[in-house]
Amino acid sequence: MQLVLEKRTERSNTIALVSPLIAIGLTIVTMTILFAILGKNPVLALQAYFIAPLTDSYSLQELAVKATPLVMIAIGLSLCYLANAWNIGAEGQFLIGAVAGSWIAVKTQGTDAGAWVLPAMLVLAAAAGALYALIPAICKVKFGASEILTSLMLVYVADLLLDYLVRGPWRDPNGFNFPTTAEFDPVATVPLLIEGGRLHLGSIIALLVVAAAAILLGRTIKGFEIRVVGAAPRAARFGGFNANQLVILTFAVSGALAGLAGIIEVAGPVGHLQPGISPGYGFTAIIVAFLGRLNPIGILIAGLFLALTFIGGEQAQIAMKIPLDVTKVFQGILLFYVLACDSLILYRFKLVLANRQVARGAG
Amino acid sequence: MELVEAIILSILAASTPLLIAATGELVTERSGVLNLGVEGMMIVGAACGFGGAWLTGSIFIGALFGIIAGMLMSLIFALMALGLAVNQVATGLALTIFGIGLSGLIGAGFVGERLTPAAHLYVPGLTDIPLIGRVVFGEDAFVYFSIALIVGVWWVLYRTRAGLILRACGDNHVSAHALGYPVLRIRTLAVMFGGGCAGLAGAYLPLAYTPFFIPGMTAGRGWIALALVVFASWRPGRLVIGAYLFGAVTILQLHAQGWGVGIPSQFMSALPYLATVIVLVLLSRARTGGSTAPAALGTVFVPDR
Repeated sequence: MQLVLEKRTERSNTIALVSPLIAIGLTIVTMTILFAILGKNPVLALQAYFIAPLTDSYSLQELAVKATPLVMIAIGLSLCYLANAWNIGAEGQFLIGAVAGSWIAVKTQGTDAGAWVLPAMLVLAAAAGALYALIPAICKVKFGASEILTSLMLVYVADLLLDYLVRGPWRDPNGFNFPTTAEFDPVATVPLLIEGGRLHLGSIIALLVVAAAAILLGRTIKGFEIRVVGAAPRAARFGGFNANQLVILTFAVSGALAGLAGIIEVAGPVGHLQPGISPGYGFTAIIVAFLGRLNPIGILIAGLFLALTFIGGEQAQIAMKIPLDVTKVFQGILLFYVLACDSLILYRFKLVLANRQVARGAG
Repeated sequence: MELVEAIILSILAASTPLLIAATGELVTERSGVLNLGVEGMMIVGAACGFGGAWLTGSIFIGALFGIIAGMLMSLIFALMALGLAVNQVATGLALTIFGIGLSGLIGAGFVGERLTPAAHLYVPGLTDIPLIGRVVFGEDAFVYFSIALIVGVWWVLYRTRAGLILRACGDNHVSAHALGYPVLRIRTLAVMFGGGCAGLAGAYLPLAYTPFFIPGMTAGRGWIALALVVFASWRPGRLVIGAYLFGAVTILQLHAQGWGVGIPSQFMSALPYLATVIVLVLLSRARTGGSTAPAALGTVFVPDR
């Protein structure tokens, strides 16, 4: 018996809509089995993962807080992936943004610097993220070096730079030698939307980014160029679109968004710069981008869903002692299913029972 | 003199996992498949390899566990990228994310445990020769195996019919298919070979390099192995040079930290990663007469019957 793929004459729009749902369904089935293997009650575990975080206001706010960086980074990545540029170093651009923005916060600490501090931090973080993303983009365009490998290598470099700063020059002198900067001043902090809550201004910024991306892709020539260069490079060349320029542009935009997400995370929920500010947002955002079918609205929904797995994972760890790594396994499996189901949009799967020799002779 | 010998020994040890993983990936890529999941396969190989050795007390069985784990991981990749014609870059990333989580889950029970690292060869007389004795006659089995492996791969790729067919699949899958070769089956085998090598390379770390398992202990070595294949222009001979050069960079930065050069340790630790970027740029730039990559690398192939 053999699995054979048969190309559809046109892409199936129905499956394009339901494929992420099929993928989520299959993932939950797989997770049920995994929980059973781990000796945990699957029903309770799934409840801790997907239901419990939705039942109180604090967790719902936390959901938006966790979804904010995921959505912002994934929107940028989706532009890259649509243009067939493989930025997988968003984690590094996130960290560099966090570092660059924190520089202003650290330098103005304890001074009477005014309300310009936070806007300046956001702008600098976005600029730094964009510049950091331009390194692999320029290496790719000018020298033909694989952007996949260079962007990923720079993640480790950014991680080490952050580590150096918070253990060295920027360490809080009153921090009992912990590797962290001092808490940021109020003017260097992202304001909360609800007094005493968790929800902060960053979530609004993320929504604006989603809207901007939807307009860019749906209503502008640039957005059209990005989609054509990725989907039909030959047609794009005939159309006179400059693929290299789009690599630079999409990398810069995604780096800027990742950098912005980085400083919002540091100046918002975390409140100071320290190692481990990201539980892998830059990598999880890759899953968000694909689960959202590289579509801004899809990414918003996918970002909320993956944020749920982070919070659910923490709850399941506390309530049922389920290891945190289960969340990563879960996210990896989800991406597998999403990609496999996407294949259904272009191909029909057929199981052929024929003898191979006969099949080959006939072909 | 003893310091020089110690440095050479540690360079060989640091290079061996890179060499093994990159050799496997070289075969995979020569068949036309880009598997970016090396890091994920390595880390699962490390967890399973340590687990196998810890449960049975045998380094050999541990290594075997690592190989099998790597192969199973690569089978997931083959099913997705070859069976279902999914984008290879995305599938490889998924494999890495999945592998990092899975290794944490598998390895959770072994964190903090130690085992006796793989034994080193001892030939009375020969191993005692100053300077070169321990380098040539005093390594562990993995080091000798990695050298045999790359020589074997070179021989198969360039001196046998099987190697020719494999390279044909990588350069033009349509022609290879038209000639009647089962492209997808050949590629699946190549992917599995790559997975087995990555698993073994991962297992080397807790079995011989450091005698314990830490989550994330591969620390990007899988990605560096991928870069090495590019560095080597997909040729086994250059792969050996590349792997040992990178091992040397890793070890020398460690020694530089020890000598207290005055540069913060984080900057020295960033060197191997920065070196990878610089080397990729220089090499890609030097290649003017067209790419040396297998022509069909990373492209989807769906046979029409």
